Amino acid sequence: MSEVLIEARGLKKRYGATRAVDGIDLTVHRGEIFGLLGPNGAGKTTAILMLLGLTEADEGRISVCGADPMHDPITVKERVAYLPDMVGFYDNLDARANLRYTGRLAGIAARELDGRIDSALSRVRLDSVADHKVGTYSRGMRQRLGLAEILMKGAQAAILDEPTNGLDPQSTFELLDMIRALRDDGMAILLSSHILDRVQAICDRVALFSRGRIAIEGSVRELAAQVLGGGYTLQVDTDPKSGDPQNGALAALLGAVEGVSSVQAEEPGRFRVLALRDVRDAVARAMIESGAPILRLASVEPSLDEIYRRYFEKINGTAHVTA
Amino acid sequence: MAQRMSRRSGSPWKGCGIVFAKEFSDHLRSPRMLVLEWLILLTGIGAVFISIQGLRTTTAQDPFLFLRLFTDARESMPSFLAVLGFLIPLMAIGLGFDSINGEFNRRTMSRVLAQPIYRDALLLGKFAGGLATLAVGLVTLWLLIIGLGLLRLGVPPSGEEVARGFVFLCVAVAYGGVWLSVAMLCSVVCRSPATAALSALGAWLLLSLLWPLMARFLAEIIYPPTDVAILLGIQSPQQIGLQQMLARLSPSTLFGEAVIGMLQPATRTFGVVFSSQVQGAVAGAPLSFGQSLLLVWPQFTGLIAGAIILFAVSYMAFQRKEVRA
Repeated sequence: MSEVLIEARGLKKRYGATRAVDGIDLTVHRGEIFGLLGPNGAGKTTAILMLLGLTEADEGRISVCGADPMHDPITVKERVAYLPDMVGFYDNLDARANLRYTGRLAGIAARELDGRIDSALSRVRLDSVADHKVGTYSRGMRQRLGLAEILMKGAQAAILDEPTNGLDPQSTFELLDMIRALRDDGMAILLSSHILDRVQAICDRVALFSRGRIAIEGSVRELAAQVLGGGYTLQVDTDPKSGDPQNGALAALLGAVEGVSSVQAEEPGRFRVLALRDVRDAVARAMIESGAPILRLASVEPSLDEIYRRYFEKINGTAHVTA
Repeated sequence: MAQRMSRRSGSPWKGCGIVFAKEFSDHLRSPRMLVLEWLILLTGIGAVFISIQGLRTTTAQDPFLFLRLFTDARESMPSFLAVLGFLIPLMAIGLGFDSINGEFNRRTMSRVLAQPIYRDALLLGKFAGGLATLAVGLVTLWLLIIGLGLLRLGVPPSGEEVARGFVFLCVAVAYGGVWLSVAMLCSVVCRSPATAALSALGAWLLLSLLWPLMARFLAEIIYPPTDVAILLGIQSPQQIGLQQMLARLSPSTLFGEAVIGMLQPATRTFGVVFSSQVQGAVAGAPLSFGQSLLLVWPQFTGLIAGAIILFAVSYMAFQRKEVRA
């Protein structure tokens, strides 16, 4: 794996009696999007602020782009860009003036600054409205301006807090696309979100956050394997009329395929197959041999929403039992 | 904590100039500033104009004719000084009451603090920006008044008058600095700009209008008047001393004393004059510039010290503030 840009070990922070962050470990590599997912109030923002050195951690060790934000926040802030939750700009200034202010604070040389601002604005497709006052911008345009700031800063890593919060589907799609482009440029990206399904599409790895702790961590497939019992989900459609009595037999047949962990009949003629690896080939062969018509054989991306729900059902279930 | 402090790298001043430039240009362009400027300009010029009318008809033989532009009150119009004593705090509070909480409410604070600067630079840059705006306004007003005086009185000010006028300007800026610090402290402590503005205005009313009366009552309570004093209808020296000391806790009192000492050269002391103090003095004779400066020096430095102390308090409050909105 490539270079580690963001690393935290045993991070803890409490506000009064509440433990906002209760011992988390995480690593983000160069050229990777790491998603910190969880409900509101799970401690995501606090963790992010600690990584940036904007809040002091009570315990733990952090290294961000080779610097410790607790002792050397300035170096960290030079190398990392931050897009806060519901980012705000000076409404009475235009986009360029807003970026120029933070660009100068970031220590970018004056002769370089205007060029960098222009290319950043055109990459987020705001160049046509660059001279408009930010007060006239929509929520989506503001988020894109926030991304332009990250581009302008030329940071090695970016931390985005709820970047898709309050955006319509179209803007969300555009923004996620731009974030993916940042990753492809080799930036390490840590993003937090409570909207799981939209964000899972761009995350290379995710961590599910709950009550100040990371509940589970890994790629979406790994989590699916861990929580749902199979990293691969297949949807198999056959003709329900071709033999109602056969369907039970077909389920048993599919279940016998090597690597399949469970088979669920969703409706007549439709099965959901959970497997540890890609078993499409074996499933197809088994079906052809049995003579059942294959109307559809599709691999379904495991949904983070489902993983999340199931995980917490399990946790709460066991909690009930022990209580 | 101390260990961490000593280890922090980079200059706390980095970015200060940039924040200053932005604040300064924001203030100068803001409609709020325009309103405040016009308010001061109209009332100030009105007061001076009326005092000029009076000066032209009555006083001819005064070596410090020009300074009387600032201090003369006629008929229903208060003197220019009284107007300034009232309006400078208003302007300073108007410039500072939303400087910090405004950034939180616009959600720009975390974005700005995520840049490689210390919080020190932000706070100091904002204070300096406000103070510079205030100074620009006051210098403009000062020059306008001198110009008006030149035109209407037809007498050029002497070198000493200009020097006294300049010290007066500096005192006025320091006075503005105190109220700017008060306003910024309120803007750090209060989340809502409206609450911050109200608290700052409340402090201003308390210190300017009520405090002189309270100082008198407190002094009377601590040193109750003796029978002799009641019989003669005077206050005891201790009571006067305490009253004066308490009253000087208010920046308005300090400003009033410093400005009178500067602009009325015959002023020898503030408050009650003891007979020992006027022994050998020629009644009504002006002090030299240096002596007047010595007289008002404690008041002047008191104002500056007040501004610095209040700034330090808001600095500490700001450092402890959580960034998350």
